[in-house]
Amino acid sequence: MRKIKEFIIEKLILLCGIASIFFVIMIFLFLLKEGLAVFKSVSPFKFILGKSWYPISEPAQLGILPLILGSLLVTLGAAIISIPIGVGCAIYIAEIAPLRLKEILKAGIELLAAIPSVVLGFIGMVTLVPMVKNVFHLPTGLTALSGSIMLAFMAMPTIVTIAEDALYSVPKNYKEGALALGATHWQAIWRVMLPAASSGILAAVMLGLGRVIGETMAVMMITGNAAVLPQSILVPVRTLTATIAAEMGEAVVGSEHYFALFAVGIVLFVISFAINVTADLFLHKKQ
Amino acid sequence: MKNPYKAQNIAFFFLFLSTLLIVVPVGLIVVIIVQKGLPGISWQFLSDIPRQGMRAGGIFPAIIGTLYLVSGAIVFALPIGLLAAIYLSEYSKDNLLNRVIKLAIVNLAGVPSVVYGLFGLALFVVFFKFGASIIAGSLTLGIMVLPIIITASREALESVPYSFREVSLSLGASKWQTIRHIVLPNAVPGILTGTILALGRAAGETAPILFTVAAFYLPRLPNSLFDQAMALPYHLYVISTQVPNVDEKIRYGTAFVLLALVLLMNLAAIVIRNRFRKKKKW
Repeated sequence: MRKIKEFIIEKLILLCGIASIFFVIMIFLFLLKEGLAVFKSVSPFKFILGKSWYPISEPAQLGILPLILGSLLVTLGAAIISIPIGVGCAIYIAEIAPLRLKEILKAGIELLAAIPSVVLGFIGMVTLVPMVKNVFHLPTGLTALSGSIMLAFMAMPTIVTIAEDALYSVPKNYKEGALALGATHWQAIWRVMLPAASSGILAAVMLGLGRVIGETMAVMMITGNAAVLPQSILVPVRTLTATIAAEMGEAVVGSEHYFALFAVGIVLFVISFAINVTADLFLHKKQ
Repeated sequence: MKNPYKAQNIAFFFLFLSTLLIVVPVGLIVVIIVQKGLPGISWQFLSDIPRQGMRAGGIFPAIIGTLYLVSGAIVFALPIGLLAAIYLSEYSKDNLLNRVIKLAIVNLAGVPSVVYGLFGLALFVVFFKFGASIIAGSLTLGIMVLPIIITASREALESVPYSFREVSLSLGASKWQTIRHIVLPNAVPGILTGTILALGRAAGETAPILFTVAAFYLPRLPNSLFDQAMALPYHLYVISTQVPNVDEKIRYGTAFVLLALVLLMNLAAIVIRNRFRKKKKW
């Protein structure tokens, strides 16, 4: 009797063990199921490289190039801001900060990671957006730049945490060897620790940027949502994620628009999948 | 480089600066929301339904909606996540399947939240015909927080010393008895920490519930699992972008309640973790 019970329990455990694989596949299949239908009316080539996104005009124009460029522009801006600051902060926490301060800083970073994105978007709307508007004398502060700054903050917790882990797992004798040879602490960090932790730091940056590309609410609230090809970083843009979030509510289930938004979802899924698999490879290389 | 110590001082100054650039805005965000949100909080704000097109009244249905969604997500995700963690830490061998499962978990954690929304819409709302409902939203959120629960529980299980298992097995206990009576009880604080973090994450997410459950304006409480419901994060989005002329007090007040809810959960998780670390007997 007990044997049967344990047999059932162990099978149940195995089943739950592979549930994650099941869910990833399910997500991809359902995106494909709903999204591929759009390619009956527009070729994949035109969908990706089409320059205009007017999903509800007649006939609908379904080109997501403006959205892709919007996402890339905002992500690039966020990368320029968050990588140096995030890695710098990781080095400070891992190597320089005294123990008490280290605990406080780590708690601060965890706090930032915990703030819901809609709250960050709200704060961005009432503080950052008017600031950008006044500093650059723009008609509106809802720009790619505002989005980049806000998103940089959302990428930083990921970058800091993983980069700090990478620095922490560099063997202690590397640093001690450098110090014994007469290097200063900074020389040891710059010439020895950073190169040794480079694959982990690279993974940290990739995962941070993965979070940025997938971020939805804050972006939708502060980038202005204009689905046009962006000419500069000081104009409103619209990202892939914001398009789905803003338009799915109005799209009729089974319409061309609905299928197109799922196709945008496929693009996002593929991007995040590629980023996560590559970052995972880098993280495993380290060990 | 002329003077390496001078270079070091300059470098350390910039590292300190970048740390400040992260920590100071975080502090400011919290201070602004507390300062402007706290005056708007009253018993009436917390317990009344929204009135006059959300320009007056309270946020009670949104709070209740979020509580329903979060509990639903955990009821679904905790058993699956915990058993998955048991599989990874106690049963799996270092083989291809193990590697693929870990990769799937990493990917599940990395899928953009709005894609979860699409998935929930396609599977639960349309395919299973649940419609926009609490159950559809809860299941979507549950799948989203699954990686958090699995990762935290696995770490907790793996940190139980191997000798505990050996002793139990050598006394004649079966593998499942060992897990059930020796490994699990010792991993409870870690599992609890992960679960609370998952609760916090589920409470704050907006994109997954946009098309699966969230009602724009529903000034009553949901009656069943198949009802639509309001939710705090979506309510904050609506009153700060979709409805013009909402009093600042109501916006900041809503942001305050949401932030307080999420931060309290995180605080609880940190407290449990630290207390456990101090008490650890091995």
